[in-house]
Amino acid sequence: MTTKVVATLIRPGAMLPGTALVPVLKWGRVVMRALALGLLAFAIFGPLVNMLLWTVAESWYFPAKWPVRYGFAYWERVFSPRGNALESLFNSVVIAFSTVCLSLALAIPAGYAIARLRLPWRSVIMLLFLLPQAFPNLPVYINVARIFYDYGLNGTFTGVVLVHTVHGLVYAIWIATAAFAAVDPTLEEAARISGAGPLRSFFDVTLPLALPGLMASAIFVFLESLDEFTATFFVGAPQVNTLPLLLYTASGGGNYQIASITALILLVPSIAFMLLVERFLKADVLAKVGH
Amino acid sequence: MNHRTLGLFLVAPALATIVAFFLYPLGYSLISAFTTTSGFSFGNIHKAIELYQNDILFTVIIIGLSTALIALCSIAIGGYLTLGENPAALTILNWLYRWPLFIPFIVAGQLMRTFLAKNGMLNNTLVSLGLMAPADAVNFLDWRGIVITFVWKQTPFVALLVAGAMASIDRGTIEAARNLGASRLRILLEIVVPQIKASLTVGMTLSFVTMMSVLSVPLMINAQTPTTITANMAFRINAYGDYGVANALGVISILLTGGVAWLYLRQASREKGISA
Repeated sequence: MTTKVVATLIRPGAMLPGTALVPVLKWGRVVMRALALGLLAFAIFGPLVNMLLWTVAESWYFPAKWPVRYGFAYWERVFSPRGNALESLFNSVVIAFSTVCLSLALAIPAGYAIARLRLPWRSVIMLLFLLPQAFPNLPVYINVARIFYDYGLNGTFTGVVLVHTVHGLVYAIWIATAAFAAVDPTLEEAARISGAGPLRSFFDVTLPLALPGLMASAIFVFLESLDEFTATFFVGAPQVNTLPLLLYTASGGGNYQIASITALILLVPSIAFMLLVERFLKADVLAKVGH
Repeated sequence: MNHRTLGLFLVAPALATIVAFFLYPLGYSLISAFTTTSGFSFGNIHKAIELYQNDILFTVIIIGLSTALIALCSIAIGGYLTLGENPAALTILNWLYRWPLFIPFIVAGQLMRTFLAKNGMLNNTLVSLGLMAPADAVNFLDWRGIVITFVWKQTPFVALLVAGAMASIDRGTIEAARNLGASRLRILLEIVVPQIKASLTVGMTLSFVTMMSVLSVPLMINAQTPTTITANMAFRINAYGDYGVANALGVISILLTGGVAWLYLRQASREKGISA
């Protein structure tokens, strides 16, 4: 009797040792996979959650693991008419919007010429547009600030918009070139054959077709300007105060609540762009970037 | 107007902007680095090396280590996305890894400043899980904090490039190796990675150059030695108005990135030669 029970108990494993191991290995794999994804999720969302907690922590000190008191007192302070966050937000948006207008005004003709016309010294020109990406920007900003000082541009909106434009121009031109290159040239030729002038065929045919790519480049330049710290730090501060500068001063002063609320304001458009970028930048445009 | 003149005419405004607000100040910084009150001299360079040699070395170590870790994480993420078989895990990973992609460096700095602090969420979680005694809580806000912030912020960009390149390689070679019984790790290291080397190098170079210009992260995480020379340059100007030494440090950072950028351009032109 007992031997029979023992025999049935060991039988499945005893018959084919390998098959008994398979589920164990499989479960081990599932656990490992869950653990790895969990760790990655903690590494990515941990810092974000920590920041969100600080935005609603009225008091939080060592060694308390969680905020001692929650509340929106700091939000009221940030958005009160006397707080300087609204002014910084307004400055940041005005500067970013002007940067987009100036960058596109420069990048649309340049991108069209690079994509469509037989440009002499094309590779040299492309290389020149690449340069700001190949050198560290900081030494350049230091000297821009010095030169702007002589022309009275330091600490002005115009000065900040100009440096932001140079920074965004590289991306704007790359994306605009790719967007124009992705438009079928025969459509423009068809418009020309039907009697439309060069300007009319550009504005009525090519530009509308390239618009989704140009929109992506506009949003990208807007975000780059909104988030820019180093150039504004040297050229704009202390007269022109933007959100990143406010974040830096608040954090430096140990006010983590104000710093975290400012960080959150800057974070929302960045995350929204990350989630939407694939809708704007279609695969056919992406494939042509940098060519 | 013929095509050539029209083309130059259309490119001219953008080109002038780059020349006036990038090339001219860049030249200015080179001249200023080699000029003292007595004319041409290496004085500023000597002084910069004498004062900041530790930080120059640390800049190379901090940014080199960050670049290496970014490459490792990107290969791991891209590799799982290419060779992984569990659809749920693939969907989660694909959704998860991109979050920091467009988060600005200064925001990343602030996030890490709270997350890595002594009473930050990292230490608290380790203590709550019983993995660490409360008294052993470590403040990571030194050079390690700078490396962690750089890796956190920059990995999604390189991973996106690497995963894109991996998705476009010929599946046949992978299937053949799999049929012969090669493990996934071996397939990744011996078949997949060699085929996407170009994209990986481009991603690593762009990240290296980007990190060399970041001022906000070292200022927010740790502006004391050892830190990166961007923090030293800002300090030189804000505290002393010393443009000579600041520009000398600038020239040193340009030389460091120049070597790396040259490798990138060579790689990029070779790649274009193949695809054309």
